[in-house]
Amino acid sequence: MGDGSVVLAVRNVKKKIGGKWIIKGVSFDVRRGEVFGFLGPNGSGKTTTIRMLVGLIKPTEGTIEICGHDVQKKPTQALSHIGCIVENPELYPYLSGWENLEIFARMTPGVTEERIREVVDIVGLGQRIRDKVKTYSLGMRQRLGIAQALLGKPSLLILDEPTNGLDPLGIKEMREFIRSLADEGLSIFVSSHLLGEIEQMCDRVAIISRGTVIAVGEVDELLRQAGTTIVWDVEPADKALELFAAAENVQVIGESVSDAIAEEDGPAVGHAVVIRTARENIPSLNEALSRAGVRVYGIQAKNPTLEQLFLTMTEGENIE
Amino acid sequence: MNDVGLYPLVQNETIKILKKKRFLVIVLILAALIPIFTYAQMKVAEETRKQFGSEDWRLVTQQQINDYTNRLASGRVPEEWKKYMRVQVQVLQYYLDRDVDPKSPNAVSFTVNFVSNSINLFIPLMVMVIAADLVSSEHSVGTIKLLLSRPVRRWKVLTSKYAALVLFVSLIVFTTAALCYLISGVVFGYGGWTHPVFTGFKLVGAEVDFTSVHPVPQWLYLLMELGLVWFAALVVGCMSLMISVLVRSTAAGMGIMLALLIAGTILTNMVSSWKSAKYLFMVNLNLTDYLAGRLPPVEGMDMNFSLIVLTVWAAAAVVVSYTVFTKKDILN
Repeated sequence: MGDGSVVLAVRNVKKKIGGKWIIKGVSFDVRRGEVFGFLGPNGSGKTTTIRMLVGLIKPTEGTIEICGHDVQKKPTQALSHIGCIVENPELYPYLSGWENLEIFARMTPGVTEERIREVVDIVGLGQRIRDKVKTYSLGMRQRLGIAQALLGKPSLLILDEPTNGLDPLGIKEMREFIRSLADEGLSIFVSSHLLGEIEQMCDRVAIISRGTVIAVGEVDELLRQAGTTIVWDVEPADKALELFAAAENVQVIGESVSDAIAEEDGPAVGHAVVIRTARENIPSLNEALSRAGVRVYGIQAKNPTLEQLFLTMTEGENIE
Repeated sequence: MNDVGLYPLVQNETIKILKKKRFLVIVLILAALIPIFTYAQMKVAEETRKQFGSEDWRLVTQQQINDYTNRLASGRVPEEWKKYMRVQVQVLQYYLDRDVDPKSPNAVSFTVNFVSNSINLFIPLMVMVIAADLVSSEHSVGTIKLLLSRPVRRWKVLTSKYAALVLFVSLIVFTTAALCYLISGVVFGYGGWTHPVFTGFKLVGAEVDFTSVHPVPQWLYLLMELGLVWFAALVVGCMSLMISVLVRSTAAGMGIMLALLIAGTILTNMVSSWKSAKYLFMVNLNLTDYLAGRLPPVEGMDMNFSLIVLTVWAAAAVVVSYTVFTKKDILN
């Protein structure tokens, strides 16, 4: 984590397109040296927001400052501090990787040939850099895109869904790569629609839903708020249910797995009872169950899905 | 804070155009078409020789004048054509009186002819091949997002595209003339640089005013022509680039531009009674006709008028493209 100075400040940004408010109010800060996640389902306004950050779309209201420069008023100064990939890493397919980098190097002040060689090394494209981009795999294009973004030694790297379309190995590499960049002091803004991905990569996260940022905070903190879903494989189930219902800080969701949990892990074997509670409560609950004569065959803690997180967030709003 | 200059940006655009092999396509088209036209021209020359049974250009020209005069006498010929022929008769007679061959067969006169015939469609089409996707291709590939999120002002990006356009328009005009000369020379011989050509004809209705007519060597005439072609091509380039800014799809942009240009050639042949059509840019592209003293599409049009109309259209196109390009939101 960095020194806490703000690299990107987004203040109450709104955007109206075709008479409709697409972005209804987005505010957050990205600090130096952190990996900042921007989480939201598809169509929630992630890409539109990113386009405003990099000067492709003009906000209807609000301000965006990069390293203290307003993107609207001083675009050249502001944009010289960022590198970005918006959506897919689109480069000129009829040029080689190297030629592509040369094109963007000419558009960035102070980039030498030495620097181009450096970024090629950083992303590990050494051997294929002289080949035409149209022969590249998606993973290689993604890396070339990042090389392009790193050319101007930016303070902030903006990556829109960087793992989209990559295979599991590629995703893992990308994640490690992003972390290693952050360790060198670069701030990284990563958007995603996958909570798991944000959880593994990011220090802090902003959650956007229908054009509004509904929460900003540390990833762990937000997850704790959402609570963990725990599946108990127990016998007899009704006795366990009774016990859970009586316990504090426990929310009973259902009696079968399919009610509450995404069917990732296949059907449960025994009589499953699903509750939501903090992870810390598991041992004491387990003890209480055995004391009450309930046989426990398995306990499975599941991280909340994005939907569940949203549910908690919006519930919270309702209470306020 | 050091800014990015214009030169590296123009370099970028030039590299993109060359690597997209757009210019290569144009050179190949020229290299394929010019021999065909050369062959056709050769056949025409052979045919006239057979028809008039003579190699003497004086006889041939006299025959042509007689031919026109006969057709003028016929009541069936529309008034349009009559006007055109009356002008042609006077110009040809002028050449004959001064003992100058109006159609000397050599590479230079072939080039003069070819360039003058390609000013309103052929060269504009080739300029379009390059100009129509300068901006829209960045949209379709998606690179527009990288291009406009760099620390370079948008007007600079567009200016670099215009600079590259001017560069390639010049290159296209030059290459057309050079290939014409080189290829046709094989058949017609490489001479003819100093052969005199008359210019400065003024048209008053269907009457030709010869007061300011003077002979110029053919090389100078060719140079004057190329200047006019360059200007017409540049105007078409500006229009294409504007459409490329406005329309995201390259195919659609090319379609629009093609439709406009073809409409221009059709209109040129039929607008004489619709006077206000003379303000359309595509009717004004035939600048070289003023040099040769051919009847303009609409009465009252002259070189200055056409140059002004074209300049206004090009300026409007430039203003529109800058306004839109610097302001628009890049949504996809």
